Amino acid sequence: MGDGLVQARGLRKSFGGFEAVRGVDVDVARGEIFGFLGPNGAGKSSTMRMIACVSPRSGGELSVLGMDPDVDGPRIRARIGVVPQLDNLDTELTVRENLEIYGRYFGLSRAHVRHKAVELLELAQLGDRGDAAVESLSGGMKRRLTIARSLVNDPELLLLDEPTTGLDPQARHLLWDRLYRLKGEGVTQIVTTHYMDEAEQLCDRLVVMDGGVIVAEGSPGELIAGYSTREVLELRFPPGTVAPVETVEQLADRVEVLPDRLLLYTSHGDHLQAELARRGLTPLSALVRRSSLEDVFLRLTGRSLVD
Amino acid sequence: MTHTDLPRTRAPGGRASGPLAGVLLVLEHHWTWYRRNWRATAVSSILQPLLFLLAFGVGFGTLIDGTGRAAQATGGLDYLVWLAPALLCVSAVQTGVFDSTYPVLSGLKWQRHYLAMTATPIGPGQVVAGHLIWMTIKIGGCGAVYVAVIAFFGGVRSPGIVLALLVAMLAGAAVGAPVTAFSAGVEDEGSAFTVLFRLVLIPMTLFSGTFFPVDRLPAWVQPITWLSPLWHGTELARAAALGGGAWLPALGHTAVLVALVAGGSAVAVVRFRRRLYR
Repeated sequence: MGDGLVQARGLRKSFGGFEAVRGVDVDVARGEIFGFLGPNGAGKSSTMRMIACVSPRSGGELSVLGMDPDVDGPRIRARIGVVPQLDNLDTELTVRENLEIYGRYFGLSRAHVRHKAVELLELAQLGDRGDAAVESLSGGMKRRLTIARSLVNDPELLLLDEPTTGLDPQARHLLWDRLYRLKGEGVTQIVTTHYMDEAEQLCDRLVVMDGGVIVAEGSPGELIAGYSTREVLELRFPPGTVAPVETVEQLADRVEVLPDRLLLYTSHGDHLQAELARRGLTPLSALVRRSSLEDVFLRLTGRSLVD
Repeated sequence: MTHTDLPRTRAPGGRASGPLAGVLLVLEHHWTWYRRNWRATAVSSILQPLLFLLAFGVGFGTLIDGTGRAAQATGGLDYLVWLAPALLCVSAVQTGVFDSTYPVLSGLKWQRHYLAMTATPIGPGQVVAGHLIWMTIKIGGCGAVYVAVIAFFGGVRSPGIVLALLVAMLAGAAVGAPVTAFSAGVEDEGSAFTVLFRLVLIPMTLFSGTFFPVDRLPAWVQPITWLSPLWHGTELARAAALGGGAWLPALGHTAVLVALVAGGSAVAVVRFRRRLYR
């Protein structure tokens, strides 16, 4: 294999008879932010756990930081940071103790983790809550602490499994800013997310997973160019009326039928809107917008009507 | 997360500690917890044995001391003196069961801090070893306080009680290790623990020769008591504190307890690994 920080070839994971990951090839280069997108049960978290060396692979090859997780698990884990999907703080310790104790598990000295904890408390905006019990923190604070904790060993590789779940918009934007800075410092990051705007903001490259396999791969721009049109016309019709799907299908490149609206994929949204008006179609509301990763996602994960 | 530029403490980089150093770090974690929470645990781990001591050693003891049958059973010793080493074992075994049930399941399932630990260079074996060693140390610490209290009531006759305390620690670990293995296999909310407490722990406490010698039981029941780690611990602790034990049975009791520690730990590590690294 080459010199990627994480490389997987034909990576598989099965639980009993169920195959969660069914042959995945991934190359994550040093210094990039790499994303895993996909609906629930797509195999994102299982893949992340194999990379984090906390889940032995069922098949295929995997190399993390140039080492084999089956052989060098502890040595790899020493150099990575992990933000799990569900917080697993020690709620009976204080905020500061959580950071210090966790740091000690990485073989760091007491003096070092003491300093590091102060810095991470500031980072997580928990500077005045250092001696509070974790139990007393709000959900968002706990999430911020979990994220801060993942940086205690100054990891080369940071694995973030749905990091912003439970954060308010301000905290999300601040986290993105922070992750961008870490990228500037050369920290490679792998992110799974449900939020398309997050993936678009953060990721240099990403893969879309569905049913345990990768269905698309590229930069956000490449994926939008490859799997969607330049613009999208969103139409909303009054409840109870039958949406004129057949008519719009003739006019748009592709149509996505959602429970509450129609998405019309086209290169020129305004032209299409004018043409619909000429034909006497009167939606409740119409909105022209640029294509986003969400459109790619809807198409790739099997909710598309016309392919 | 904040915008301001912060002075960054650059790490020398994390590294994987050796097997033993890793266990010491887990012990440091337990100690950090204990420093903050010792008051709450001191109440349960010292008050409860104290109540046993008052009820049986002092209350019940003064009732039967001086009667011929009691003297026959205790070999002529005061009941409290005869009871003391056994009470150390009861308290140790109870701690071994309680500390290895809900707290272990919480680490794996509710609070999930074992998952956090094993995402670092620390492995499941070190988590298990740290848990069992810490529990044993705690049993020793609480037992030492207990010995002082028993001495205050006049229940200590020889320095052999120190050896009895070590035996109690071994008995606590001999119960804690298999129970830890059992807890690691529990997938539900721990309903099996109630069964364990009621159908195993309580009968074991009552019929392991703690309060009366097992030879007072019907002959057909006696072999069942041999299954009890508490009985092995009690026999051994009594021999250590009061003298009069023969070498061969002592060796046998020790072997059973050590085997339970070793076997229980081995199964616990396998189950922890399966559960944490699935």
